[in-house]
This record gives sequence, C-alpha cells and structure tokens, in this order.
Amino acid sequence: MTMSYTIQIINMLAALLLLIAFAMLSQRRILSLINLFAWQGLVLSLSTFVVAYSTHQNHLYYSAGLTLLLKVLVLPWLLHRLILKLNVKWDVETLINIPTTMLVGIALVIFSFNLAAPISQLSESITRGLIGIALASVLLSLLMMLTRRKAVPQVVGFLAMENGLFFAATSATHGMPLVVELGIALDVLVATFIFGIFFFQIRETFDSLDISNMEKLKDD
Amino acid sequence: MIDLQLLVLLLTPLLGGLLLAVFGSRSWAAELNSLMSFCTLIAAVVLTMRVIDSGPQVAFNEQFFIDQFNVFLVALTAFVAFTTSLFSRPYMRIEQHHGKLTTQMLHLYYSMYQLFTLAMLVALTSNNMGIIWVAMEAATLTTVLLVSLYRTPASIEAAWKYFILCGVGIALALFGTILLYFAAERVLGEGGTALLWTHLNQVKGSLEPTVLKIAFVFLLVGYGTKIGLVPLHSWLPDAHAEGPTPVSAVLSGLLLNVALCAVMRSKVLVDGALGTDSAGGAHFAGNLMMGFGLLSVVVAALFLSRQKDIKRMFAYSSIEHMGLITFAFGMGGPVATFAAMLHMTMHSLTKSAIFFAVGHAVQKAGTQQMENIRGILQISPTVGWGLMLGTLAILGMPPFGVFASEFLIITTAMHDYPWTTPILLIALGIAFAAIFGKVQPIVFGETTAKPLPHQPALIPVFAHLLLVLILGLYMPPYLANWYRQAAALLGG
Repeated sequence: MTMSYTIQIINMLAALLLLIAFAMLSQRRILSLINLFAWQGLVLSLSTFVVAYSTHQNHLYYSAGLTLLLKVLVLPWLLHRLILKLNVKWDVETLINIPTTMLVGIALVIFSFNLAAPISQLSESITRGLIGIALASVLLSLLMMLTRRKAVPQVVGFLAMENGLFFAATSATHGMPLVVELGIALDVLVATFIFGIFFFQIRETFDSLDISNMEKLKDD
Repeated sequence: MIDLQLLVLLLTPLLGGLLLAVFGSRSWAAELNSLMSFCTLIAAVVLTMRVIDSGPQVAFNEQFFIDQFNVFLVALTAFVAFTTSLFSRPYMRIEQHHGKLTTQMLHLYYSMYQLFTLAMLVALTSNNMGIIWVAMEAATLTTVLLVSLYRTPASIEAAWKYFILCGVGIALALFGTILLYFAAERVLGEGGTALLWTHLNQVKGSLEPTVLKIAFVFLLVGYGTKIGLVPLHSWLPDAHAEGPTPVSAVLSGLLLNVALCAVMRSKVLVDGALGTDSAGGAHFAGNLMMGFGLLSVVVAALFLSRQKDIKRMFAYSSIEHMGLITFAFGMGGPVATFAAMLHMTMHSLTKSAIFFAVGHAVQKAGTQQMENIRGILQISPTVGWGLMLGTLAILGMPPFGVFASEFLIITTAMHDYPWTTPILLIALGIAFAAIFGKVQPIVFGETTAKPLPHQPALIPVFAHLLLVLILGLYMPPYLANWYRQAAALLGG
C-alpha cells in the first residue's frame, strides 16, 4: 500500500467521523444514537489501525485494539443494557430547530479549521490535515450535549467528545504515551458506570430522564 | 529513599480506600477514616521536610516530581483532609441520627473520601501532564457520587451539573494536553518523555509559541472550570451547597487548589516558550489569568449579596478568593506569586473551618436558609464564635493571615497594574458588606435552634483559625523561605 493510498483512506475515515458527528447531532432516536456512537468508535479504531500500519508505530496497534474493545464493544453494550433496563430503548426525543443546530455546527467546523490551520502547518505527521476535523468533532459533540434535554443523549455526547479527542491525539501526534491512554480509557469506563448509577438516581427522583425537570438550582 | 516516601504517601490513601470499601459500614469506620488520613498526613510531613531540605526531586523513573511548590500543596491537602475527617466523624453521626444518611451511604462516603485524597495527591505529585489530567478526572469521579449522597432532587441535580460541566471542561483540558504533547514531540521526540514536566521545563524555550498559546487557552478553560473561574463556575455553588458539608469543605479548600496547580505548571511552560519579548506576547498567559481572575472576583462579589443559602454564599466566596489567587498568579513576579501561595494556604484553612462551623450551625437550625438560622451564639457559643471568627478571617480582617496575603496582592497590583486596584477594593468591600451583614444576625440574636444529639467537632475549627491567626501575626522564616523558593520556581 503506497503512502498516497494510506492518506486517502485516512482522509476518508476522517470525513466519515465528521459525518457521523453531524448525524448524531440530528438523531432523535436514543437507540440509533448509541449505534452511531459505536460506528464512530469503529471508524476511529480503523483509522488508528491504518496510521499504525503506515507509520510502523507499534503502540498504535494497542490503542486501535483498545478503542475497538472499549468504544465499539464494551461502552455500546453497557449503554444498550442501560436503556433496556431503563425502558427508554424506543424513546424519541423532540429536537427543536434542527436546521439552526446544523448551521451552528457548520460554523463550528469552519472555526475549528481556522484554529487548527497554524498547528497543521507545523506537523510532520502524515495526518496533519486532520487536527481541524478532530477539533470540529469535539465541538460538535459539545454542541450536541448543549442541545439535548435527556440524560442518555447527553452522556452519548460526552463519550463522542472523547472520541474526537482520541482522534486528535492519533492524528496530531501518533497517539499519547500508552500509560496516559490507559488512564484515560479507565476514566471513561468508570465515568460510564457512574453515569449509569445516575440514570437510576435521576429516574427514581424525577420519574423521568428529562433533564429539563432539573432546574431548581438557580440564582435569582 | 524519595521513592519509598512517595510510595507510602500514595499507598496510604489507596489502602484506606480499599479497607473502607470492605469495612465502611462498621461502627468504627469513621475512626479508621481519620486514622488513614492521619497516616497520610505523617507521610506528607516526612516528604515535605525532605523536599525542603534537599530541593526538587524526581521519583519512580521520573514519573513523579516534587518541588517546593507542589509539596506545599501536598502538605496542605493532607492536613485539611485529616482535620476534615475529624470533623466528619461527629457531623456524619448527627446526620445519621437525623435520618438523612444511611449506613450504606456512609460506607460509600468513607471509601470515596480516601480515594479522593489519593486522586488529589497523584494530580499534585505527577510529573506527567497526561497523568495529571487522568487524576483530575478521577478526582471528579470520586466526588460526584458524594455530592448526590443525600439523594434529594436538588443534590442529584447539583451532582449531574458538576459531572457534566466538569466533564466538558476537563475534555477541553485534554485537548490542550494533546496540543502540548504535539509541540513537545517535535523537540523531545516521540515516546514517554515528551509529556514529562521536568523535560518540558528544560526545553520550554524551544517549544513552538503559537501551539503553546492555543494549548494554554484550552488548559486554562478546562482546568479553570474546576477552579470555578467565572463564567465556568455555575456547577460550584450547587455542588458545594447540596453535598454533605465535609465534602463542601474538601472541594472548596483542596480540589480548587489542585486544579490551579495544574494551570500553574502549564503557565510556566507557556511563559518559557513565549520568551521575554513583550511584542511576542510574553505576558499572554499572565494576562489571561488576570482577566479571568478579576472577572471572577467581581462577579462573585455581586452574587454574594443575593444568596439565601448559607453554604451557597460561602461557595461564592470561594469563587471570589480563587479569582483573587488566579489574578495574583497572573501578575507574576516574586511578591505576587508568594502572596498567591500564601492566600491559597489561608483560604484553604479558613474556608474549611467556616464550612465546619456552618455545618454544625445548619444541623442545629435544621435548615440552610439563612433567614431561618438565628442566634447560634445563644445555644452554642463555640460554634457561634467559630463561625464569626472564621467569617472575619475570610473577609480579610487583621490580624488574620488572609489580611496579610490580600494586602500583599493589592499592594503589588497597585504597583504593577494600578487600574485593577479600585476594582479589587470595591469588590472586596461589596463582599464584606454582603457576608458580614448576613452572618451577624445568624450568630447573634434570639435563637430557634435545637441542641445536637452528639458533641460537635470543634477542635478542627479552632485549630485552623489559630493557624491562620498565627500566620497573620508571625510568619516563621522557615516557612517564608520555603514559599520564596517555591515562588522562584514558578518563574517569579
């Protein structure tokens, strides 16, 4: 496989990542949202694998494997179990103003590309053009967290943001040191468990997973 | 040798967490919690003496780094964690007696308390910027279930907000860390050493300034969320008001400092990368921190007078003081940095003492609403005086130590950035009027409060206030020298 093919494959995967981030932004069904999250993890794992193959960075194979295990298998499985137990599997969220959200999303992408331009120029990595895409998918996930009113989609947004950050790490620097990556993976896993506990606490207390019920604490 | 000392310091809270995970529901769990915190304190004191005697050291294959700056926070963290564990013993018993907590909740509390101490100590002593991030996130994870310990709707809402906002904030800090690694990798090469702070510090002059600038913005916004800088502060009053009081005390007194320590580590690198050329934006990091700090002081002061909940009010006071400390660190220079560190110490000691007194006052009155807490002095002179003296101390009245550090910060500001002085003075004045006006009727006057079923813990309150008083009157040369060296390490 020649270098230019590799770059094209990675670019295509990056484009897919961004596309999935936009799809998540407009997805109303909780179940489909979780599936999209799993697809995003798969794309991430593939792109890490391709970078590892083309640059002969052995530790990247481990992180590709870790991503596959954690973000494609374990986390989606946990989320599936949770929504099954919480009985929200078929929940559909009413999202207002999808077009506006999309426009804001496009503005965020432009902003990210501009911010990343000076950084990309310095990079010697084969994937240097992708820092902008990584930042864009981080910010899109952030936007998704802001626009959602239900607990589960907010958490999926949180996890998707972590995907974007991971993509930034592999595209800008060939990945963080393995010890840091393991630490981050552990944090994300523990966070998901705690989120799970919270879902039950929230539902027990508020009778629904709608966060708009939680607006008592305000300064007036 | 240093390896061993550090190992003991980190293993003690880990062991404590594991032991309490098993025995947390026994009747002696509170004592075990205090004992483990006491052992951590001893280990911290031993380590501190060693670092002050022989200077900065690395340990465990350079993965940990201890110098005069972070060791002062290690000592402070271990001390306040120990006194808070003493306070929480009777406090949590009374809460249990009032039927607010069950044994299972206490089990979770004790175990998480130790793990939270561990996370803070790792974040303080780690040399690896990536591990600092991991430990900061771990500190959130260990406290988030403690904020919702009471399982009331308000506490769950507060915990959710804390989790989501700090999660988002800390994600931005991770992006900053990735950019830092990206810049470092070009100088130090790939692999483990490019995130080690000691290595970064050696080559900071040749790190790419543009990347470091962007990285610092992300790091400041990310960790700034945890410090509670305005406008990223909205989780802080909720989490402090709705969690159990010992948790408020350690969140306010310790966790905010730990986040600030991470920001200072980044600032040293950015300052080095930008050089001393003022046209190249040499004071970029400092200016940003001053801006955020000043905004926090002003906004928090304005919000103070509108508070009805006593713990919420003192949470806003924490935002105000953290803003002041960030501002002082932002000014830079030996005096301002020294003053900022002194203020960190004073704020931690005083604020946790206040939370201890507030906790008991709230238990006596049965409410956190200030208009319903009256005449604490009549029913319990010690709690009343503890609250009053603590309030006077935090408001910067002489002869307490907060006065000394605030005085230093304001005189330095007057010298270097005169235009900020009136803003700071007015904000501090507003804060004084707001807090004093509200605490005064709480302490004096006719009471409605009831006596408590257990003896309240008062030694920690007065021990902290006594320390703040002594340090306000006389700063031992040993301590002054230590702080001066630490300030010099931060490029002051």
